[in-house]
Amino acid sequence: MATEESRLSPSGVLGGDASRHGSITELFADEVVTKAIARDVELPYGAGTAVLITLDNGHDHTKPNTFGPGGLLSLDAAIEAAKARTDIVAVAVTGKPFIFAVGADLTGVPAIQNREQAEAIGKLGHDVFRKLGELDVPTFALVNGAAMGGGVEVALHCTYRTVSSGVPAFALPEAFLGLVPGWGGTYLLPNLIGAEKALKLIVDNPLAQNKMIKGEKVFEMGIADAIFAPADFVEESLRWTAKVLKGDIEVERAEVDKGEAWDNAVNMARFVVEGRLHGAAPAPARAVELVGAAKTATRDEAFDAEDQALADLIMSPELKAGLYAFDLVQKRAKRPAGAPDKSLARKVTKVGVVGAGLMAGQLALLFARRLDVPVVMTDLDQDRLDQGVAYVHGEVDKLLAKGRVNQDKANHLKALVTGSLTKDAFADADFVIEAVFERMDIKRQVFAEVEAVVSPEAILATNTSSLSITEMASGLRHPERVVGFHFFNPVAVLPLLEIVRGEKTDDASLATAFAVAKTLKKTSVLCKDAPAFVVNRLLTLFMGEVLSAVGEGTEPEVADRAVAPLGLPMSPLMLLQLVGPAVGLHVAETLHEAFPERFAVSPQLKAVVEAGRTEIFAPDLTIDPEVKELLKGGDSPSEEKEILDRALRALAKEIRLMLDEGVVAEAADIDLCLITGAGWPFHTGGITPYLDKVGVSTEVNGKPFHEGAPQAL
Amino acid sequence: MSRTAREVVFVDGVRTPFGKSGKGLYAETRADDLVVRVIRELMRRNPGLPPERVDEVAIAATTQIGDQGLTLGRTAAILAGLPRSVPGYSIDRMCAGALTAATTAGAGISFGAYDVVIAGGVEHMGRHPMGEGVDPNPRIISEKLVDPSALVMGNTAENLHDRFPSITKERADAYAVRSQEKVAKAYADGRIQPDLVETLVRSAEKGFGLATQDEPPRPGTTMESLAALKTPFRAHGNVTPGNAAGLNDGATGTLLMAEEVAEELGLDAKMRLVDFSFTGVEPEVMGVGPVPATEKLFARQGISIDDVGLIEINEAFAVQVLAFLEHFGIADDDARVNPWGGAIAVGHPLASSGGRLMMQLARQFAERPDVRYGITTMCVGLGMGGTILWENTNYEGGK
Repeated sequence: MATEESRLSPSGVLGGDASRHGSITELFADEVVTKAIARDVELPYGAGTAVLITLDNGHDHTKPNTFGPGGLLSLDAAIEAAKARTDIVAVAVTGKPFIFAVGADLTGVPAIQNREQAEAIGKLGHDVFRKLGELDVPTFALVNGAAMGGGVEVALHCTYRTVSSGVPAFALPEAFLGLVPGWGGTYLLPNLIGAEKALKLIVDNPLAQNKMIKGEKVFEMGIADAIFAPADFVEESLRWTAKVLKGDIEVERAEVDKGEAWDNAVNMARFVVEGRLHGAAPAPARAVELVGAAKTATRDEAFDAEDQALADLIMSPELKAGLYAFDLVQKRAKRPAGAPDKSLARKVTKVGVVGAGLMAGQLALLFARRLDVPVVMTDLDQDRLDQGVAYVHGEVDKLLAKGRVNQDKANHLKALVTGSLTKDAFADADFVIEAVFERMDIKRQVFAEVEAVVSPEAILATNTSSLSITEMASGLRHPERVVGFHFFNPVAVLPLLEIVRGEKTDDASLATAFAVAKTLKKTSVLCKDAPAFVVNRLLTLFMGEVLSAVGEGTEPEVADRAVAPLGLPMSPLMLLQLVGPAVGLHVAETLHEAFPERFAVSPQLKAVVEAGRTEIFAPDLTIDPEVKELLKGGDSPSEEKEILDRALRALAKEIRLMLDEGVVAEAADIDLCLITGAGWPFHTGGITPYLDKVGVSTEVNGKPFHEGAPQAL
Repeated sequence: MSRTAREVVFVDGVRTPFGKSGKGLYAETRADDLVVRVIRELMRRNPGLPPERVDEVAIAATTQIGDQGLTLGRTAAILAGLPRSVPGYSIDRMCAGALTAATTAGAGISFGAYDVVIAGGVEHMGRHPMGEGVDPNPRIISEKLVDPSALVMGNTAENLHDRFPSITKERADAYAVRSQEKVAKAYADGRIQPDLVETLVRSAEKGFGLATQDEPPRPGTTMESLAALKTPFRAHGNVTPGNAAGLNDGATGTLLMAEEVAEELGLDAKMRLVDFSFTGVEPEVMGVGPVPATEKLFARQGISIDDVGLIEINEAFAVQVLAFLEHFGIADDDARVNPWGGAIAVGHPLASSGGRLMMQLARQFAERPDVRYGITTMCVGLGMGGTILWENTNYEGGK
């Protein structure tokens, strides 16, 4: 125990804080410690001796370096040892092969019990990292590989930075998860490259599906002072280091505009964040304010402010939801609950797509690109068929123009996708998916025709959004090969695939469906054959409550913004326009038929569809006056708060019913569906953590969805 | 079609510092990464050479397995970032790998098929010990084609002592001590360093580091310290780790081109490849190989050892160098021979060593405009010798 204590407070460098660090170290009992390994290097050109610190957690690149308390203290010890020396001219920090460091170790965060512990983590990071900027000798970050969050901040604290042109990902993703770059990032980055560019990394990119930048861009943005090829990156960085030390290279950086430009950038970011989130997630707004303050704050003030922000955010339910959501998409999505053993999956060497419409075209392109097998589209009409194939070929040309594929690959993809007027072309296909008109009789007819030509094992998949798989399969000779394979539009953007098991679907067919989904790089969730499965059922319900309020006399604008406090990617009426009022109505009718007591069919929506309107909003994003007229309803309008409340209550009730019915295995699967199929945000953790947080789950169902913190696995 | 042979010149050479195999500098560093560093440095040092003008990358390795396999010349060219249009291949003539890369690719230049080549070699004897994965044909033993001792290089060195009884262990040790002294002095005079490119080394335990100088030399080696060493190949034998090269890791690269192309590109031609010769001897005394190889070359060129002012001979074993010197009537401590020391001190990463001989000879030529000819020569496992005759482009003797 004594040795353990001494390990946690190396040479007392962190003074009276040792006990505090000890306590947070315990929270991170399972920390994979990233060690800071120091070694002397003789710099070229007789520039002297430098200490080269390698960050390495002892694993290969599949388990990247992160910073927990143990890692921070290891780095501290290495820096302190260098500080004590008088025979060195510089300290350089680099990562293990392919990885610099990807930020804070978040595994211990759920165990944090109080604000004091949360604040201690922020302070410890600052206490250690800032020394890199406050040594007597210059410090150099050699960013050799992926760098995120705290990894980027280590680099920012250094006096100089080089970056490898091979760095695949460089980002400050904190705001995406529910944090701020709180180990110096919000102060150092804007003071290095200006507020506008800094906010791009700190706020814009995290809000844009957590976009990352590459090495070239890091240099272009002025974050790194020099860029070198990966082949001998560290050697050339050390040569550059030597030249800088000897004065042979003078590092020039663009001057940071600390005037109006700074304020304008902050104001703009504030406006964008408010418009996107309506206060639903505190982190991005907090990050913007920190950048705003960084214009005039001293180092100490700025770092203190970051500590406070981190402490607040670490304790926030939005962060807990964010970490849960992160685990859903990173971990749960990789092992779909209820999927049969993958060894049962059959090989798919050719794919058939019934139909040549827009959806069929998107599917054909996806199958050709990811499965790399021939894909045949069929349609009864030569013109439609030609158009369908031409659409796919046109999309391939777009990929070619963007440089995403080369000419050979484009030729290959085009050759893979062909059209046929008859279904004979499916004879040797192992997987046939239909994307024809959403009517049971038509789909059954199509499957019967396909079954007549394919082998008995060939999978028959349907992209239906609401029809019963079991019913569709009935009457076939081999109903066990039918699976639901429900994509979300736009197919290339939304990762979710609802895989639906019919009553007779066998394990081999289901396993094949999951294997195909994986090759398509989709997130698959196993659903029971229940009306509209998961996403459409919940979105239709949610939108139904908004439309009901409109029907009762609430102004459409009021009803539409009533749910804004959730911070969804788009408003309900905007979503309705995107999917198309007719499709929305069709799904609503299906669900009304199944559950008349909970799913209403809005007469107003019906009127809009019957009037042939496909757009709800005018180009200026106000509601089209004619549509607004069609939406007019009763005379008992509701308050925004009431509408939000009824929508949340309806969701809580429906999700509980779905779990009781066994539509999916767990609440986590509902959330995974909403995040990956509807783009619902991380800060609500999909929806069930949010419903628990606001207490609606217990109010409606008598119990929350999660006992304690939500668990992704 | 008529053809005129073109003059081939050595323009530049560079190598990684050599490391000790096993737990040395490069214990956790890949062989191909060493080659890549060398190629990139050659290109960097010669900015006048457009990369697309390189017509071939010939890289030698004795054990062409793993990171020394996969058509290393081509792999290294790709990894080094040379244009895709630049081809490459692998070469194996054991210790004379880089030497053979230079003669083969160089001959291609003379023939007119290439303008510019990179020729080099690598051996990571830690990752790939000599003999890894070999499968000798059983006929070699059954038909007594090769004496079994021929497969262990140390045994062939002991055999050489048997053949030349005048070469005693004391003479071998004395030669080794001088080799260490000469390397130490050359280092102190800054003569070795210009050929080195500092190279990243990886260690999971110690972190990344930088190799900046050769690891094997043991300055301060004395007759007494050598006398205490064991003779691992034969009880009470003559060959010790002290009078032989060690097991080492390292890579070398040289830049050869047609003389007219060097002129066109404004690059400094340091020496001219005059002729080369490879000859076989009995495998069990492979160390004597340089003698017939050199004699054959001299005979063809009509010159003698007296015309040669500088001799870079690889020091796989002291006895093998001494056998060569004795044959040509050269004193053990003749100043023409390995003036900056040799492999006994600096190390011998098999297939890479020929490159080091060439780059050191080129630097000596630059300092010695009075010398017209020099040779680089090596003994080769399985009983061979190889010699290249070079002409100093700085020779001023005629003036």
